[in-house]
Amino acid sequence: MLEVSVQKQLSHFDLHISFTTDAEIIVLFGPSGSGKTTVLDCIAGLVKPDNGFIRLQERTLFAEKISQPIQKRNIGYLFQDYALFPHKTVWKNIAYGMKDSNLARGLMQELRIEHLRDHYPAQISGGEKQRVALARALATAPNLLLLDEPFSALDDSTREKSHAELLRLQKDWKIPVILVTHSREEAEKLGDRILFVEDGKLVREETKNFS
Amino acid sequence: MAGIDFTPLWLSFKTAAIATVIVFIIGVFLARIIARHHFFGKSVVEAFFLLPLVLPPTVVGFGLLMLFGKRGPFGTFLDKWFDMQIVFTWNAVILAAVVVSFPLMYQSAAAAFQQFDANVEKAAYTMGASKWKVFWTISFPLAWPGLLSGLVLAFARALGEFGATLMLAGYIPGVTNTIPLAIYFEVEGGNTEMASFWVGIIVVLGFSAILWLNWWSRRNMMRHTKKTS
Repeated sequence: MLEVSVQKQLSHFDLHISFTTDAEIIVLFGPSGSGKTTVLDCIAGLVKPDNGFIRLQERTLFAEKISQPIQKRNIGYLFQDYALFPHKTVWKNIAYGMKDSNLARGLMQELRIEHLRDHYPAQISGGEKQRVALARALATAPNLLLLDEPFSALDDSTREKSHAELLRLQKDWKIPVILVTHSREEAEKLGDRILFVEDGKLVREETKNFS
Repeated sequence: MAGIDFTPLWLSFKTAAIATVIVFIIGVFLARIIARHHFFGKSVVEAFFLLPLVLPPTVVGFGLLMLFGKRGPFGTFLDKWFDMQIVFTWNAVILAAVVVSFPLMYQSAAAAFQQFDANVEKAAYTMGASKWKVFWTISFPLAWPGLLSGLVLAFARALGEFGATLMLAGYIPGVTNTIPLAIYFEVEGGNTEMASFWVGIIVVLGFSAILWLNWWSRRNMMRHTKKTS
């Protein structure tokens, strides 16, 4: 269970978003610059909210006088540009924060990237990078997965496959996933719930199945 | 040319090496703190760091003389507490080299820490890595090509320092006569042959440093961008 209520003054508007979620895929949907990524950053601990609280599985990550450091939040974060370590091989990337090596190896097998083990990020395709970044995030055995437009740089067929992969992984892992996207199609396909964000506010919510 | 006294070469190398180590530590530390932070007066602080690059070395020398001279604030302090003299000693040669080469190191280091994607550090934090681990395993290796070029430029600049050194350290054979000073005083003394010898040495050193730097950075760039089948 994840409970989020964050407030933060941004340059153009006040971000004020509250929601709770369980082991489901929740989509933050809205135009660029509406504050979606800032919400992810607040949850991950990269940005400090001005006010509010963040609780993950009964553990307070952020509240009035509490702010758990990023390192102790145990949250997987997949960045838009994947942010792979360019000087480390695929395996070193995944092993960087892994909880145990069997889990990491299993993920590599599941995501079909075993054969890329000794390659550097510059030597693999966009779709492969995305899978490596996903494996790297999950290898830390996170309690929550944050995805910031992870499919936007992929071609159509790769994106289709990645969507299916995400749905399957989420079923296996049974952890909350927050996906930021500005593609309506993607939001409807992947989200159990869609939160519509505009200028830092939740304006509407839709639950599966959207007609 | 028989019986050349190689003291200037040895002295120049020793000075440049020590100055480069000092400048590297201070430059990397300051660049790391300042590069990705925004604060009031940042441009002023950075302009101050780069000042020795644009000021005439005599002005730098004059400033150092005022600060580290017998009656200068730092000079008095060092003399009183550490019984350490700066002016007209080898310390002055190192100090002058540090001050004039610092801007090159700082500039390279600041650029090096800004040129890679900031998200890779953030990603490492979310994976549970401490600040120290992130610095040594991510930031430092990714900034290394830039840091190394700063290192080489700072070394070359320290090796060639003349104006500030002359003002602060003077020309004391065996103590402060680095190659650039030796050249000047050999010419003054009408010893053109000896001056040419030192000129040749310093040109070869400077040329090799830049040649190596260019070669190395090209090789390094290829390493990070090459694709294999």
